[in-house]
Amino acid sequence: MARLGRRLQQNGFFLALPTIAWLFVFFVLPLVIVLVVSFMSRGRGGVAIMPFTLQHYERAFGVFFIILRRSIGLAGLTTVICLLVGYPLAFFISTRRRRLVRQITLFLVILPFWTNFLIRTYAWRILLGEQGTINGLLLSLGLIDEPITMLNTQFAVLVGLVYGFLPFMVLPIFASVERFNFRYVDAAHDLGANDIRAFLRVVLPLTMPGVLAGCALVFIPSVGAFVTPDLLGGTKGLMIGNLINKQFGGSGNMPLGSALSIVMMAVVMLSLLVYVFSIRRDRGS
Amino acid sequence: MLINEGAMRRNRTVRRLGQVGLWLNPLVAYFFLWAPILVLVLFSFNSSRSVASFTGFTLKWYGNILNNVMGAESAFSTELMLNAFRNSLFVGSIATAISTVLGTMIALAMARGKFPGKGLIDGLLFLPVVIPEITQAISLAIFFKVVFDWFALISGERVFPGFHTIIAAHVTFNISYVAIVARARLADMNPRLEEAANDLGANPWRAFWRVTFPLILPGVISGALLAFTLSLDDFVITFFTSGVGTTTLPVFVYGLLKLTVTPEVNAVSTIMMVLSTLLIGISLAIQGRSASRV
Repeated sequence: MARLGRRLQQNGFFLALPTIAWLFVFFVLPLVIVLVVSFMSRGRGGVAIMPFTLQHYERAFGVFFIILRRSIGLAGLTTVICLLVGYPLAFFISTRRRRLVRQITLFLVILPFWTNFLIRTYAWRILLGEQGTINGLLLSLGLIDEPITMLNTQFAVLVGLVYGFLPFMVLPIFASVERFNFRYVDAAHDLGANDIRAFLRVVLPLTMPGVLAGCALVFIPSVGAFVTPDLLGGTKGLMIGNLINKQFGGSGNMPLGSALSIVMMAVVMLSLLVYVFSIRRDRGS
Repeated sequence: MLINEGAMRRNRTVRRLGQVGLWLNPLVAYFFLWAPILVLVLFSFNSSRSVASFTGFTLKWYGNILNNVMGAESAFSTELMLNAFRNSLFVGSIATAISTVLGTMIALAMARGKFPGKGLIDGLLFLPVVIPEITQAISLAIFFKVVFDWFALISGERVFPGFHTIIAAHVTFNISYVAIVARARLADMNPRLEEAANDLGANPWRAFWRVTFPLILPGVISGALLAFTLSLDDFVITFFTSGVGTTTLPVFVYGLLKLTVTPEVNAVSTIMMVLSTLLIGISLAIQGRSASRV
């Protein structure tokens, strides 16, 4: 029996201790403080004071419910669009016969994402602006007489979110389709299934783990998006991330910001639970 | 088979539609992925200030950056931008060093150690990866404020956020990524190699540095490069934990992008895009080489 192995087994916990301590101080403790602050009252300058109150949660589900609903709605729609675009794209990439073509087509999805998120989002301001490229093109072609308002709308936020998170959908589905054995489709056909049936009964269930992972990876950052609505949404496309940010400025309200953060975390945890649950059910069947 | 004729025709239509769709989808998707980037680059060379139509080629916006002209924004200076870049490198290096050590340690402990509560630690490592950046940013901002307020109350001295808060925040989100990458490497490694080293008379310390560490080194390097990239790229968490005079490059760029669309901003963005693509390309090449060597 290895001495090092035994030593590590015995001392493993002490090896893990510094990291655990770090994460406890800079990750767990801050979240606990947010939770506590979210129940406190707002003092002068937006700071948290006693006594405890539930009013911030009341507001989060009262006047601000519309923004909460918009955030979840936009994130859901982003997930659906990413799935509809990303699934066939992942399929296309993984069914290329030559390895080089497969690598290039995959690389073309990944490469744009080596650029900073801020800059990728900013690029849409050029395209969608009142005097932007799309309006310029449509005007010069005579398709429209007046520029269309696209920037600072929910539409712009949706486009930005889909653009920002599409690879998160493509990559896990690609990994699933790569593992898929296409002889199963032949088998389904031999057994009398048509294309639609073969897809729904064979291809889709077997690539489901990738689909579920992709949906979680797109939905979660979309719900908590801050940069995209900030640069593209204006006041009409305000999401919960921006609302939280506002509470930490000059005329802010730290306890309200904390309560909104907790609500957002709850949404994220709920979607993670749904993900874990559906993965389990998927494995069971 | 007269009865099936309708069904077969329908099947053929479905198949044809599917084939058209499978060809159309990648075209549209790749156009969608690449058009914004190409438009950004194109208009950084446009001779007029407009982004509505391309009127001719020029390099003057790149010249303007060097001469500290930023269109509508006068506060821009190349000096400030380079300073922000230096700040980014500083924060990135220190955060990477700390998180690589901490991440590797916990990866080793999780792979080889036997102690209770491993599931809980797994959750603790997994959470920073999945919770939205804004929540982590806000919680750290509040945490530092509370701690500094207390400190001022006790010692009478005021501490302000700065490099130390940014670095602490970056280490926190980097640990998980380093640990994930290093653990993947450890999982591939045969623990008997350590046993063999022991049987040959190496003490545990020597066995670790001569056998285990060289074998997991590619994983540690990949983890460190990933941490460095994430650190250089991070905006949201840095934005909420930085203080006066500790602006990193993404925070600086955000200040520019928030204003208006100007050809100078397009030029700066193009330069940053080329640089970050090169940087990631190089780091992936290093990873590829160090992975293939073992």
